[in-house]
Amino acid sequence: MRIDHKIILDWVEPNSRVLDLGCGDGSLLKNLTASKQIHGYGLEINSENILQCIANGVNVIEQDIDEGLGDYDDQSFDLVIMSQTIQTMMYPERTLEEMLRIGRQVIVTFPNFGHWKARVQLALHGRMPVSDLLPYEWYNTPNIHFCTFRDFEHLCSDLKVKTLNREVIGGDGMASFFQKLHPNLFAATALYRITKGDL
Amino acid sequence: MPDSIPANSVGLVTPLLMQFDDPLTLACGRTLDSYQLMVETYGTLNASRTNALLICHALSGHHHAAGYHSMEEHKPGWWDAYIGPGKPLDTNKFFIVSLNNIGGCHGSTGPVTQNPSTGQPWGGDFPALRVRDWVHSQARLADALGIQKWAAVVGGSLGGMQAMRWSLEYPDRIGHCVVIASAMKLSAQNIAFNHAAREAILTDPEFHDGNFLSHSTLPKRGLSTARVIAHLTYLSDDGMGQKFGRELRSGSFAQGTEEPVEFQIESYLRYQADSFSNVFDANTYVLMTRALDYFDLAREYGDDPVEAFKQAQCKYMVISFTSDWRFSPERSREIVNALIRADRDVVYGELESDFGHDAFLIPNQPRYWDLLTSYMSQIEVAD
Repeated sequence: MRIDHKIILDWVEPNSRVLDLGCGDGSLLKNLTASKQIHGYGLEINSENILQCIANGVNVIEQDIDEGLGDYDDQSFDLVIMSQTIQTMMYPERTLEEMLRIGRQVIVTFPNFGHWKARVQLALHGRMPVSDLLPYEWYNTPNIHFCTFRDFEHLCSDLKVKTLNREVIGGDGMASFFQKLHPNLFAATALYRITKGDL
Repeated sequence: MPDSIPANSVGLVTPLLMQFDDPLTLACGRTLDSYQLMVETYGTLNASRTNALLICHALSGHHHAAGYHSMEEHKPGWWDAYIGPGKPLDTNKFFIVSLNNIGGCHGSTGPVTQNPSTGQPWGGDFPALRVRDWVHSQARLADALGIQKWAAVVGGSLGGMQAMRWSLEYPDRIGHCVVIASAMKLSAQNIAFNHAAREAILTDPEFHDGNFLSHSTLPKRGLSTARVIAHLTYLSDDGMGQKFGRELRSGSFAQGTEEPVEFQIESYLRYQADSFSNVFDANTYVLMTRALDYFDLAREYGDDPVEAFKQAQCKYMVISFTSDWRFSPERSREIVNALIRADRDVVYGELESDFGHDAFLIPNQPRYWDLLTSYMSQIEVAD
């Protein structure tokens, strides 16, 4: 199982009602269903992913999240997840607010644009970073709103959001030592569990 | 006519006329003491009887969904592109049942069949029908075939309404409900189109209050016009533009002549309508459009579709087509949203297509094929 999925799994209450925005091939929902007996729905626009979700036995709704989530009622889900997708949103702030409206808790994971490799590429070569994790050129990337951990935490404080958990991943050995020391510089991916409501 | 039967066709099929002698009380309060259903089946019912799949037809449909009746038949059944060995509705896996509904004009008890109490065709006196009447008659068909539970009930348009009604009326007798290009109820605009189509029929001087058969006439002009009106709503502006544009069938726009012109689209609609009015019954058309108009999934659940779907136990697949303006993707999203609120399992696909409402019948649409295939293949059936 992917390490980010493993962390998310630990954060999810059994029997939760879960909405996974940009659910990909549905493997996260499948894992959550198997180990936490959640009842979940995934939103996805990629047709190959939708077929994979069906093969995975996952409820998948073909929907463009950028067109709004107005169909979903306030606090109608225990948990709304967006994994590695918020940087592709047209209006990340609006999307995050919608997620906090729909879900009692929200889990967001995203790639860290403040990672040292990205900084080095931009600083030394003067070019937008291209890496294993972010394998796109600036003109063909679906990622249109990159942020660093620090940027995301700024947004959370603007939205008066409480952070319940934060984990960073993307390194082993020395890298994992450094990423604990300075996550914004050394961690490739961040996972946040946040809420707007009372705990 | 087929030169040879394609390998992935169900091949030559023979419809079966089934007799039912238990009286069926209809939603309108009247009772059919006995009735007949024209049925076709494809594939084989397995030993555990868990692989049966019901196909519900749309407004002008019938029992002949796949294969050929003879080597002389021009076209195969109406959903042949998606039913057969190796096709999305795979007859190697499923035992597929398709029927002509009560009130139809292709062999089942309806306005053109004999009213036992008069010895005359039912004509305009055939009882009014609701979607639930079809569902109840289909449940008896299942009983007669020894099928306790359908692996899936599948339908497009009015067929999708039957599939949804099935999930509420017989929740323990349906495993999966596949709803294609459908809606939980008609919009005012939908009803208006149906009204216009019915008006064309009812005002045809040959209609005689529906008793045209005993007058030895046929309201062909009214039925043709009704079909044209309906047909327009099944196509999309883009699709029609691509297929016909402003091309002329005859005449020209040359100045200095009053020669009439005929556009290709006019000729096409006229041809389709004429063929339709030769094979379809005007009373059936009136009955079926009324059943469409009356359908309201949630009416008896406090007008709350969420309450309605809470009665269901099956899983759902909902499919819509982007250019369908008769039952637009919005209508399908309403179904999906209600299902999510009711905590039911649902898969929803919104397919790009230029074919309008008719898209659900059109062959060679790869995404449609893939979606149906992947959904149907994960349906579990015992041996």
